Amino acid sequence: MAEIKIMAKKSWFLPAILGIVVVAIPPFLGGYIQHLLILMMMWITMATAWNLLGGYTGCVSFGHCVFFGLGAYGGGLLLLHWGISPWWGMIAGPILAVIIGIPIGLICFRLRGPYFALALLALGEAFRIVFTNWVSVLGGACGVVSSRTWGVEKLPYYYIALAIAALSVYVVYRLMHSKYGYYFVSIREDQDAAEALGIPTTRYKMYALIPSAFFTGLAGAVWMNYIAYIDPEVVFNLSGISIMMILAVMVGGAGTLWGPILGGAIFVLLNEGIRAAVGPISYLIFMVIACLLIMFLPDGIIGDWAKIKRAFRRKKPAYVGGE
Amino acid sequence: MALFGQTFITGILMGGIYAIIAIGMTLIMGVMKIINLAHGALMMVGMYVCVVLFASLGWHPYIGMLVAMPCLFGIGWLLQKYSIERVFKVETILPESQVLLTLALGLGITEIIRLIFTSDYQVTYTPFSAKCFYAGGMSISAAYLVGFILAMVFVAALHIFLTRTDLGRSVIATAQDRDAATYMGVNAGRITNFTFALGTALAAAGGAMLLPIFYTFPDVWHPYLAKAFIITILGGMGSTVGALSGGLLLGVAESFGATYWSPGYRDVVGLIIFLLVLLFLPGGLKKVIGR
Amino acid sequence: MAYLEINHVVRKFGGLVAVNDITVGTEQGEIFGLIGPNGSGKTTLFNAINHYYPANSGEIIFKGKPITKKSTHEICKLGIGRTFQVVKPLRRMTVLENVMTGAFLRINDARKARDKALEVLDFCELMYRKDMLGKDLPIADKKRMEIARSLAGEPELMLLDEAAAGLNPKEIDAVMAIVKKIRDSGITCFVVEHVMKFIMGISDRMMCINFGSEIARGTPKEIASHPEVIKAYLGEEYAKGAAG
Repeated sequence: MAEIKIMAKKSWFLPAILGIVVVAIPPFLGGYIQHLLILMMMWITMATAWNLLGGYTGCVSFGHCVFFGLGAYGGGLLLLHWGISPWWGMIAGPILAVIIGIPIGLICFRLRGPYFALALLALGEAFRIVFTNWVSVLGGACGVVSSRTWGVEKLPYYYIALAIAALSVYVVYRLMHSKYGYYFVSIREDQDAAEALGIPTTRYKMYALIPSAFFTGLAGAVWMNYIAYIDPEVVFNLSGISIMMILAVMVGGAGTLWGPILGGAIFVLLNEGIRAAVGPISYLIFMVIACLLIMFLPDGIIGDWAKIKRAFRRKKPAYVGGE
Repeated sequence: MALFGQTFITGILMGGIYAIIAIGMTLIMGVMKIINLAHGALMMVGMYVCVVLFASLGWHPYIGMLVAMPCLFGIGWLLQKYSIERVFKVETILPESQVLLTLALGLGITEIIRLIFTSDYQVTYTPFSAKCFYAGGMSISAAYLVGFILAMVFVAALHIFLTRTDLGRSVIATAQDRDAATYMGVNAGRITNFTFALGTALAAAGGAMLLPIFYTFPDVWHPYLAKAFIITILGGMGSTVGALSGGLLLGVAESFGATYWSPGYRDVVGLIIFLLVLLFLPGGLKKVIGR
Repeated sequence: MAYLEINHVVRKFGGLVAVNDITVGTEQGEIFGLIGPNGSGKTTLFNAINHYYPANSGEIIFKGKPITKKSTHEICKLGIGRTFQVVKPLRRMTVLENVMTGAFLRINDARKARDKALEVLDFCELMYRKDMLGKDLPIADKKRMEIARSLAGEPELMLLDEAAAGLNPKEIDAVMAIVKKIRDSGITCFVVEHVMKFIMGISDRMMCINFGSEIARGTPKEIASHPEVIKAYLGEEYAKGAAG
């Protein structure tokens, strides 16, 4: 919460510049960079969504790929069964994610800490198995193939993804500066104390879960439309989606507003950079980075900024003699 | 009727092997109070040690197990001391960073193995692997049976170790109340290292028992980690008897699920039990059995 | 009918009966003190009222309506605030934010909640700490913040669980003053305490329990000289001395 004050001091200057850059520059950039930017916007959305439930409310989920996959399959199933354009999935997907998310929450919120995380992990795996095996209704391992609306042109997808990312950040921002935000953080800090302050904790966890599921699902729907191909292995993926969402948030800083934004961007760049540099061992490098991050910078770049500053300061020569 | 009996017995035998894998995890959980998601990957490393010994020296996995266990003991000790312990009591904004670390470690170890050995299936075929016993119309695989017997030997040995030796009792003490144990002169940090290493070694043993039955590959551990965790919850954290009963129960349930429902959904049986137990039996079977 | 009525409440933990058929009523506007040796069941009784560890049997009635089956947060909403024996600050929020969280019980707007929180901080003389993080506070201020946080929700009855524990004499005086202020503003206080100076000094009526059962009730003076109370705290011999 203290971090919000830092941003206020800088006022609107930096975000405004950022906003102009992000809106005006992309048309001048090459296709590959535009592709990266689209991915960045998607991961920023996913990280922000996960952070709402995990970072702010303290309900760490190892299975958010469920909502991503449902968001993607919302459009995918419409296409598969009724030939409807997956763009309708942008509405159907997130709604599906929320509809399934509510009973998941009701059942799993009574679990505390790591048990909640693992229950969600189990659900992620369960969804993957079911979507792979139930061929008639859900398409099976072959997944769903669609076609790109604008062919090779990436810019429209970028602006859509940008708008969604901006919306998700805005929603989280408004929530966190309201009663909801205070209640979410109090649930994270001390659930029992929160109850004693009159907070119906399960209900408020739900209020965090719904936008979280919605926006994760929305990112999934964008994926469906942009990549034009989904299958259960890709979207209901533990190591590639669920874990990476958490890492993206951790890199930037969990429980902050800018953390997921920074983390989402860094994650995409890191992913591409590592894959280009070392190819087959890229996942290993990622895991090594993850371990180092958790061991040395657990609160992320923003959360552990003081630690980072101190580490650089030590490199300067010390005073000789007394201070 | 014979099918029922065979399903049941196979379930028990398999369950015994599951139990050995789970016992390592429940011990670690009991002492460290964190969920060790690297457990599965470490079991897989144990399997690969046996594979290497089989391929180069022709040693049967049960012999290779005697090498794998000390190897994994050492690896576990190092991991715990230099990585996991570091985040043990650090306060972070994000809860569960410890669990996340173990997961990242597990996934990282998997990648290392994948780079060395590729994703190819590795089989240790011995004439013994295909042998079956026949009784009353039921066929029972020798590999299952011997694996089960070995597992039970280990469980018994572990139980004696924990209850009759000083070191074992220190482990139980640290699990029950870390601070009280420290006041009684137990070096809780050392014991934690030891328990993590021991649990890892047991996982390696379980892996070695699985090898004659199946094959191995870098991602083989995913379902077994889940099973170990389910059994740990079922049996109650830190309870060896619980791990045994939970393992047997899961083995039998899975066996019936595979036979009478569908083999593809075998792992889903475990997931269903997991969710049911989490929701309705928070203390695990331990609560019901009363230990 | 009493303001808060506790009727034949029993709470067991397995074979241990922590609260053994306690019946007591608190009148509106008073400070009611509950004392007893360690392990006598005081906090357990609070936990039962608060539905933290609900009663196994018996009834709890507040302002004429039964609350025995209601959940913790519902009870809070009905007007019963609670502080904890082992303080539970919201560690990574500032003091102001902590108290605002309490204020949101009756207020929905963030700005108004902030104003209310500042008001309460002023009342509890905690303004000078308002931007400090919960985890960085010294124990006395943590306890005061806990009281302020609960007050912000405008309770009508406050359950204060060992609000003076671990404080030095000056800090104890300060808490006593605040509790009196709270009572004077119309809030009934049900206080559990070990520190005799504190509880004897502010209670209107008191009760002493031991091993989960009531052993004496009356005014502070009556309690102080009651043989059973002395026996419970100091032992048989002292009790004989007092009775004689």
